[in-house]
Formats: sequence, structure tokens, C-alpha cells
Amino acid sequence: MNWKTFLALLARDAHVARRNFVPLLLQTFLQPMMFVFIFGRVMVSSGYMPAAYKSLLLPGIMAISMIFTGVWAVAMPLIAEFQFTHEIEDRLLAPIENHWLAIEKVVFGAVQAVVAGLAVIPAAWLLLRPGVELHLLSPLTFIGVTLLVALLSACGGLALGCSISQTQIGLMFSLVLTPMIFFGCTYYPWSALANFPILQKAVLINPLVYASEGLRGTLVPQFPHLPVLAVLLALVVFDSLLLALGLRQFRRKSVA
Amino acid sequence: MLAGIRTRDLRKVYTTPPPLAAGGSFLGAHRKSNQPAREIVALDGLSLDVTGGEIFGLLGPNGAGKSTTVGILTTRVRPTNGQAWIGDYDVWAQQVEVKRLIGVVAQRPNLDFSLTAREILLYHGAYFGLDSRTRSTRAAELLDRFKLSDRADQMVRGFSGGMMQRLSIARAMMHDPQVLFLDEPSAGLDPQTRLLLWEIIRECNQSGKTILLTTHNMEEADALCQRLAIIDHGRNIALGTPAELKASVPGGFLLRVRFGADSPDLFERLKTLSGVREVRVQTDADGENGVDVYADRGGPLVSEIANLAAASSVELSDVHISEPSLENLFLLHTGRSLRE
Repeated sequence: MNWKTFLALLARDAHVARRNFVPLLLQTFLQPMMFVFIFGRVMVSSGYMPAAYKSLLLPGIMAISMIFTGVWAVAMPLIAEFQFTHEIEDRLLAPIENHWLAIEKVVFGAVQAVVAGLAVIPAAWLLLRPGVELHLLSPLTFIGVTLLVALLSACGGLALGCSISQTQIGLMFSLVLTPMIFFGCTYYPWSALANFPILQKAVLINPLVYASEGLRGTLVPQFPHLPVLAVLLALVVFDSLLLALGLRQFRRKSVA
Repeated sequence: MLAGIRTRDLRKVYTTPPPLAAGGSFLGAHRKSNQPAREIVALDGLSLDVTGGEIFGLLGPNGAGKSTTVGILTTRVRPTNGQAWIGDYDVWAQQVEVKRLIGVVAQRPNLDFSLTAREILLYHGAYFGLDSRTRSTRAAELLDRFKLSDRADQMVRGFSGGMMQRLSIARAMMHDPQVLFLDEPSAGLDPQTRLLLWEIIRECNQSGKTILLTTHNMEEADALCQRLAIIDHGRNIALGTPAELKASVPGGFLLRVRFGADSPDLFERLKTLSGVREVRVQTDADGENGVDVYADRGGPLVSEIANLAAASSVELSDVHISEPSLENLFLLHTGRSLRE
């Protein structure tokens, strides 16, 4: 392992992200903020949704933003660079084992996801106030959940980015990300699925469920949520699985 | 000591996965198919010894295995069998050490489109651990030498093919590698840029670098390389200096003669002409009958061939004379032109 090279790879990604800051910002926040505005503000103030929905919604939006940002930040460049522009070849020739380049991508994607997640809190609070009741009872647990969710998104991005072809990007969104978001307990707590017992069990294979429920359990514990310990455990398992799968796929892609 | 390049019995077989329509899976993570994958043999037991400090050329037609060889030597392609070394390092087993020693210019442009020309060089230097002062000095020098200084701070997306190629070579030289790989370096360059490139390659070599370049351009191979391997179908078919290789063609001159009709009798009699070393019967794709005559003289033979043809009542339809060249050598070994 060669730290100088690793840091230079990170610096390159940070430089490119700085250069694309505004489009990145719009891409990350526009959709979740519109969702927050319509469901948290319009629907609540017109009485179609109870006021408490504001607080319930916030962790879910945070989870969506984080997952979307991490997946996008890691998967999209990998798809383009491996299959179309071949830009990554120069970095594959850098004096470091190839898998460290994949890990660098994961680290960078996770940092972006953390930033996106943390930025949602004040942004949503500004859009929704008054009436958002956050109870951060255990900051350490919250940090732990946030980091694991960020890693989940970046590892997922690595696995997807090294597995799908350029022509399947549309399918990735419609077949993978969109169902994940809708069945990911983002707009409702897991307990709300009690009337659909089969679905309630089935959604447990969706890692986003643990992201939303974990953030709900640490930010708005007044609402029903899955036990935080179980959530942490599930996130660790999903992170490890996706990282292992992502690294395997990256290895296949990086050598002919 | 200068780092050389060695390969032993390199073999590479590509297996192409079945297409999506043939039952390939959506995610590609698990391929299940009853059809066996189609195998393409790119390299078939290639052994090379490139001495440290020489300009070595791999000459061959498209699909001969040149890029695969470069891919294996630069850690980007895993060999199916065989071994390769850069200096004392085994390419597959000691990748990081090898990557430190080599600079690579790929056949397709692969510049970092998110960066400016200068940044491409600076970050490349940073990947190799150069300190920031060395990085900026070297980047400025290389941009100047490759005549890119006036566009140094622009994004490379809008660069012409020639500029991208020059920048790719500058990038490969940024960390001062011992061994430089250039895969078809002058493809798509205008004659002026090609000459600049040749000059830079020679300079680079004089400063003690080993250079391996691939080309299907005989003039380039002849002008630039100290030694050449001619490869076809993943095999080494001839090896030596350009002069040795050209001298190994019987006689040196090649006359490609085409006749209106097939006449084995006439073909036999051609062999008796003075100066003719070898006569090979060729049938073109369009069914024309002809022979390749290897001889130690060119023009003066034509009238004698024409006389013989007239005596046999066979119409002479076409004659093409080639002076001693690597093209003739390739034809001698494969029966095909490098350009085909």
C-alpha cells in the first residue's frame, strides 16, 4: 500500500468534484428538496398529512440523498471510464495495487454521501420549519449509522458501476434504484407495512430499509423503528457483501 | 543497469461472453449459458528478449497480437500462459514494482477528460509520488517540448487527435520511466507531428530508456527501431535489425506478377531466369493468377518475364516491383501484405 499514491488519487477526485460543484449540488439536492417541499410543506399545511409527518420524512429523505449520492458518485464515473473514455487506465497504471483504486473510489463516494446526508438536515429543516422535532439521543450511534449508510451507498456504487454496461444505466435506475427507494421505508416507517405481512418480510432484503430505519431510530426515535442494534448489524453485513462483490467485479474489469 | 523486457511462451486466449440476447445475465455477475464462450487466440507462444536501452519494434498487421503483448507487459492483460518480466520483475506477480518502471501510451486516447492538460501531467506525477516542485517543473518542460504550452490550461476535451497523442506521450514520460511502451504511436498523426514524435523517441532512447513500440507502418519500423520482431497470429515470425530482416528476403527485390491465365509451365520456367531466387504461386482473392518472384534485381527482369509470357501465349496483366523492404519480408513469411 502506497499512501502517497492513494492520497493523490483522492486529491484528483476531490479536484474534479470541486470543479463540478454546482451541477453536483443540483443533482444531489433538487429532487429530495422538491419532495420535502411538496410532502412536508404543501401536503401538511393543506391538512392532507399530519404535522408529525415532517419529522418522520426527514430521515428517509436523508437516506435517499445519501444512497443516491454515493451510488452516483462511484458508479457513473466507473461505467463511463471503463467502457467509454478509458480515462481510468492512467490510474490503473499508478504504482499501487489495483484494488486500492476501487477502495479510493469507495472512500471518496462515502465522503460525498456523508456530506450530502448532513446537508439534508439543515436544508430540510429550513424548508419545513416549524414543526421538525429531532431528538439526537446518542450522537455516537447516529455517526455510526451515518458512516455505515455512506459506505453502503459507495460499495453499492462500486458493485453496480463494475457490473452493468453503459446501455443499462436506464435499467439501473428503473429496476434497481427506484424500487429500492419505494420499498426502502423512506417515506414511511417499516411498521407501516404491518398490514402487508409478506411485503414487510420481503423488504428486509433491501439495504435501504436499514438506512432509513437506522437514521429514523437515531434522529426521530419518537416514531416506531427497527431496533438500532439490528440495523447496525444488517448495515455491516450489507456493506461487507457489497464491498466484496464490488472488489471482485472491479478486478474483473481492470484486467482483460 | 538498464531495464530490459523478456517474455517466455506468452499465450493469451480471450473468451468472449455470450451476448445478452443469447442468455447472458443482466448484471453480468453470474454468467450461465449452455453455449461455450467463443475463444480467440491472440498470442500463441510469444517469446521476446528486448535488451535494456534499445528501441524495439513489434511489427505486424492488425490483430497480430501487438496490443495484447503490450497489455500483458503493462499489467493490463492477464496472460493465459507464459511469463513476462520488466527488468528483474515478474510482470504479473510484482505489478506495483513493474508499474513504477514503465510509461505507457495506449493505442486509444485515454486522457483524463475532467482535467486540463497541465493537471493531467501534475496528477500523473502525484500518483508516482513526485514532490510538487518537481511536478510543476517537469510538467512545464514536457508541455513546452511537446508544443502544448499555449493550451496547457485548457480542458483536453477540445484537443485534436494529434494534441491528445502528444499529451499522452508527455504523460507517459512524466515520471521518468525506465521503459516506455508506445502502442501505435503515430497512428493518425500528420507527417510533421510524426517526425517530431520520432525525434522525441530517439532523444528519449539516447537518455538510456528502453522503448518498445508497435506499428503496422514499415517505414516507421525501419526508420526508428534498432531491432524488430515481426509478428502474425500471435507468433514471432522473424526477428533482427531492419537491415538483417530486409537482407533475409531471397534476392531482396519482389516482383508481383499477374497473368491472364494459369500456366504452371510458365511459372516453372520463370525460376530459370538469371537472378531469380524464389517463385511462389499466388492466387488473389479475385481469382487472378500470379506469382511472387523474389530476385536480386527488379526492373531489368520485367522484359524477360514478358518475353517468357509471350512465348507461352499467356497475357501479362500486371507487374509490381518492390525494392528490398520489410513488406517483402512479411509477404515472404505469410503470403499476405501488411496492409491487408
